[in-house]
Order: sequence, then C-alpha cells, then structure tokens
Amino acid sequence: MGLQALFFYLFAFVAIASAFMVISSKNPVHSVLFLIVVFFNSAGLFLLTGAEFLAMILLVVYIGAVAVLFLFVVMMLDIDFAELRSGVLQYAPIGLLVGLIVGAELILVIGSSVLSPDAAQSITMPIPNPAERTNTAALGDVLYTHYVYFFQISGMVLLVAMIGAIVLTLRHRENVKRQDISRQVARTPETAVEVVKVKPGQGL
Amino acid sequence: MTPELFSQSLQLALPEIILAVGALVLLMMGVFIGEKSNQLISGLSIALLAVVGLLITVSTGNGEAFGGAFIVDPFARFMKVAAIAGSIFALAMSAVQGRAMQLDKIEYPILLVLSTLGMLLLISANDLIAFYLGLELMSLALYVVAAFNRDSLRSTEAGLKYFVLGALSSGMLLYGMSLVYGFTGNTGFQEIATVLSSEPRGLGLVFGMVFMLAGACFKISAVPFHMWTPDVYEGAPTPVTAFFAAGPKIAAMAILIRLTSETFLPLISDWRQIIVFVAIASMMLGSFAAVGQKNIKRLMAYSSIGHMGFALVGLSAGSESGVSGVALYMLIYMMMSFGTFACIMSMRRPDGTYVEEIDELAGLFARKPFMAVVLTAQMFSMAGIPPLAGFFAKYYVFLAAVEAGLFTLAVVGFLTSVVAAYYYLRIVKLMWFDEPKGEFERTPGELRFIFGISGLLITTYILYGGPIGSAADAAARSFF
Repeated sequence: MGLQALFFYLFAFVAIASAFMVISSKNPVHSVLFLIVVFFNSAGLFLLTGAEFLAMILLVVYIGAVAVLFLFVVMMLDIDFAELRSGVLQYAPIGLLVGLIVGAELILVIGSSVLSPDAAQSITMPIPNPAERTNTAALGDVLYTHYVYFFQISGMVLLVAMIGAIVLTLRHRENVKRQDISRQVARTPETAVEVVKVKPGQGL
Repeated sequence: MTPELFSQSLQLALPEIILAVGALVLLMMGVFIGEKSNQLISGLSIALLAVVGLLITVSTGNGEAFGGAFIVDPFARFMKVAAIAGSIFALAMSAVQGRAMQLDKIEYPILLVLSTLGMLLLISANDLIAFYLGLELMSLALYVVAAFNRDSLRSTEAGLKYFVLGALSSGMLLYGMSLVYGFTGNTGFQEIATVLSSEPRGLGLVFGMVFMLAGACFKISAVPFHMWTPDVYEGAPTPVTAFFAAGPKIAAMAILIRLTSETFLPLISDWRQIIVFVAIASMMLGSFAAVGQKNIKRLMAYSSIGHMGFALVGLSAGSESGVSGVALYMLIYMMMSFGTFACIMSMRRPDGTYVEEIDELAGLFARKPFMAVVLTAQMFSMAGIPPLAGFFAKYYVFLAAVEAGLFTLAVVGFLTSVVAAYYYLRIVKLMWFDEPKGEFERTPGELRFIFGISGLLITTYILYGGPIGSAADAAARSFF
C-alpha cells in the first residue's frame, strides 16, 4: 500500500506540475514536451488503478500520434505565439468558467457514486474483476466475437479516411530531383568524369 | 457465437464481403500498376458491382447475422439492387468522361465502390452501431468524391460544405441514438421495438427518435435539412452528382423506412407528424424554389428535394402499400435521374467546355434529336405524366396516403406536382420550340447508350412494371 501511495503522489504531482508548465512556458515546443510528460504520468495513474489498456492507449494515441502532431503544427506553421499570448489574461474569466463547470460535473458524478454505492451494481455489462481477467483480455473477448462486425466496418471507414486524405492532398510535382539508387550505383568513371586538356594561360 | 453460426453469418453477408475484398484487391492493383491502370480499375469496379448485384438478386436466404447487427430480408435485397444499379451507371458515366473532368485517378472508382459498400451495410443495418458505421462509410467516401476535382474552387467548396454539414447531421444522429439507447437499454432495432411496444412512451425517447429522423432526413436532403443540396450538386463534378442522386438517397431512404416501419412503429402517431411536415415542406420547396433556377444541376437538386418529399408521402402512410410505394419511387427516381445526368454530361461545346445553363438547351431538337427526345421523356416522367414511369411512382405513394386517410397530404402533393410540372415543361419547350444557341460536341457512344437505356426504362415501364411492383410488395411485406 505504501509503495502504491508513493507512486500515486509521484505521478499526480509531476502531472500537475507539468500541466502548469504547459500553459506557462514561453516556448511552444517546451509546452508540447511538457504535455507529453502530463500524458505519461496520467498513464502511470491509470496503471495504478488497474486500467492497463487505457494506459497503453493513452501512450500510443496521445503521445504517439496527438503530441507528435502538435509538435509538427508548432514547428511547421508560422504562428506568432507572442501575439497569441498577448491577450491571455482577457480569456481568464472564460477559462475559469469552463474550469468551474468541469469541476461541478466531476463533483456531481463522484458525489452520486458516493451517495448511492449500489448504483454501480446496476450496470448491464460490468467489467470483470481486474485481478482475474485483465482489461485488455476482457476487451478482446467481446471485440473479436460479438463486435467483430463493427470492428471490421470501422476498419473500412478508416481505410476510406486514409485514401481520402491522400487523394485530396498528395500532389505529384513535375521536375523534382529524386534519388535513384540504381542510377547512382551504375555510374562509372567513364560516364561521370570528363578529362579536359586545358592549354596553359587560356582557361576554359 | 458458435462456429456454425458464424459461418452462417458469413454466408448471409457474402455479397458485402465480396465487395469489400474486391475493393481492397482493386486498391492493391491500382497502387502497384500505377496511374495508367485507371480504365482497367474502372472496368473491374463496374464488373465487381455487377457480380455483387447479381449475387444479391439470385440469393434467397433471409435472416440475421453477426448477433443481429446485420439483416437480410426481401426489402434489403430490393433496395440493395437499386442502389448498386445507380452506382454502376454513375461509374460508367465517370469512366466515359472522367478525363475531361479530372476524375481519372485510380482512387475514384475505388471510393465509389467503398461508398456502395457503405450503402449496402446501411440498408442491412439492424442495430444502432451498424447504422452509424454504414452511414459514415457511405458519407465519408462521398465527401471525398465531392471535392475530387481539387483544382476547382466550386468542387472543393462543395466537398467542404457537404463535410461540415454532414458532420453536424452525424452529431444529431448520434445524440438521438444515445438517447434511444439510454431509454431502451438496447442497440438492436427489434429489441428497441419490443421495449417500445411494452412500455409507455417516454418524452426522452421521442426526443431521441426526432434527432435520429433528422439525421436520416439530412442524407435524403429533405426540408429543413436540404441546405447543402443545391451547392453540392452544382459544385461537384457531374458524374459525382449523378452518383449522389442515386445510391446514397436509396440507402438513406431504406434506413428511414426501416426505422419508422420497424423500430419506431409503436410510436407511429409521433413520427407521422414529423414525416408529414417534412414531406409537405420538401414538396413545396422543391417545386417553388426550382422555378427561378438557371443552372440545370441546381434545378436537379431542387427537383430531387421535391421527389424526396413525394416519396415521404408514401412513408407517412405507415402501411405496407406505403412502403412498397416508396421503394418503387426510389427505384424509378434512380432510373430517371441517371438518364438526366447523362444528358447533362453531354452538354459539351466543341471546344471541350461543359455548359450547365438551362438556356443552353434551346433548340436541342434541331441539333441532337435523340438526346432531345430522351430528355423530353425524362422531364415528362419527372413531372408525372402517364404512361411514363414517373407517373406510376407518384400514383402508388399518393394512393397509399389516401388509403391511410391523409387527404391533405395527397392534395398538397397533387398541387405541388402541378407547380413542378411548369419547370420541367419549360425545359421541353426550350428544346423543341426555341432557336438553337450553339453547337454541341458529338456525344460519346457510351453516354448515348446510358441515356438510351434510361429512356427505354421509363417509357416502357408499363410493360415490365408488374413484376417490379410485386417485388416491391414482397419487399414491403418484410415489415408488416
């Protein structure tokens, strides 16, 4: 129990501290890197509660895809962050309001489960006890049997999305020099080097 | 799920599986052969769709697959064959004129095949999740093909508009689904119907149903969810517009029929008000707003809004004859619209530019008698003049409405079809009696063949209408 509590406080503290750094650091690239630290520590928190699948998905999706995408956007788009940041205080009331709403909702959700603990018993398909069957295995049990049809159609939907993104954005430009390894390897001194006799004092 | 049951599921879904695997094979072929395989891939896509259509026509097995998520019944079969036929004609048109419209990429036929797969899954959907996934598979491919001609500003605008509004409608649909699931505790259509008939109706459930109907009405472009239609029809390349007018409408109408006639049948008094309102509004807007149009593709967009209104007249009857009428209406509308779009595609000046203004059709009879005759037949049929196919389509839906006692609806339908006849006949007058404006390029033989087929189908409907009508009746018996 002591070790678990130690890790909980470690992950929680680092997560909150780096979340603060995300919004306060001057360099947007640092912000994204701190965001990755937040995701990483949240994944640690998920692991502590026994939700190992969520933890892995958080790592794969949020760090592997979303954070890298953020980095690309920050580095490739020419955004003037100083200008963007200049009016930050005038949005503070809205940010506070959003924070209050989310906080109130969290209190309501957690409060209701504290007030009536038996509500959790009325779930139609409860998750198996993590000690007996891991989340990943339990998900796989239904995903590849009952929901195999939906799983496959989702795959087709993603395929269409991929084809669509490529066909609408990819442009084959003419006159671009590309590397052609076989041509490079086939080059011999005869084809590449020309010996020119230069007469003294005349130049080429 | 035991192994035997799973093989049964696979057997029921065999046409869809063939289509999905075929699309993947075509994609691989296209990638490895390269851009020059475009014509080959188009041809193979048409062949693939034709094979799947034939397979669906000859198959007889009914039942549910994949734990009730996928249903095969005579209704699904009827609508699937109609949707596939629409896709085949659209693909054929694109193959003919693809190069001039910058549709000659290997991805184009493959996206149309995948969209058709989405239609088939949507028609067979028997579960909220299957419904949503089928709809998204269909629409996502449609958004892409609408913007396919990416160098054209209007095509890009059409794709973006369609995408944004489509995402909005998906949001509404999902909100409705979550409410329905929350209030019934089931995602299966039959299970929801069972809960609805055993319990008193709750307000939240009606709310969910309204949102789901709104999502489906968006896809068939019924008023008040029609805003995207004229812009998308006008902006998208013409073969794509022809595709939009056929399969997706049929599939969305099929799921609307399944929702109203099966899942929400216990709530008929609630949904009937909505469908009646949507039908009247669509018919009115379709006829009055089209009068002032100058662009023939915009005109076809308003005409399609109006036609969807007429089809919904049959649906609001909530009876077997009503559903049969709607199924027939969608089939006949598909036959009329692909012929008309084939004619629109033939409006090409000798210098290779396409024209879309209605006035350009002036004196068409003097220049191209065959096309003028076919287009005249199309227009008369759309106006609902006997003995053409369009008359029978309207006749059956109005008959169903009268049988169900919805006299006001039928009268509004008659009046608006008279208004709509004005703009259809105006085109006829332009073609036959006005002075010719300009030369048109020679129509490719394939296009003449396509609109020739369409003309033949709608003029001789009276000869083969009997078997088709009884097939539609058999389809409607799946519900009642």
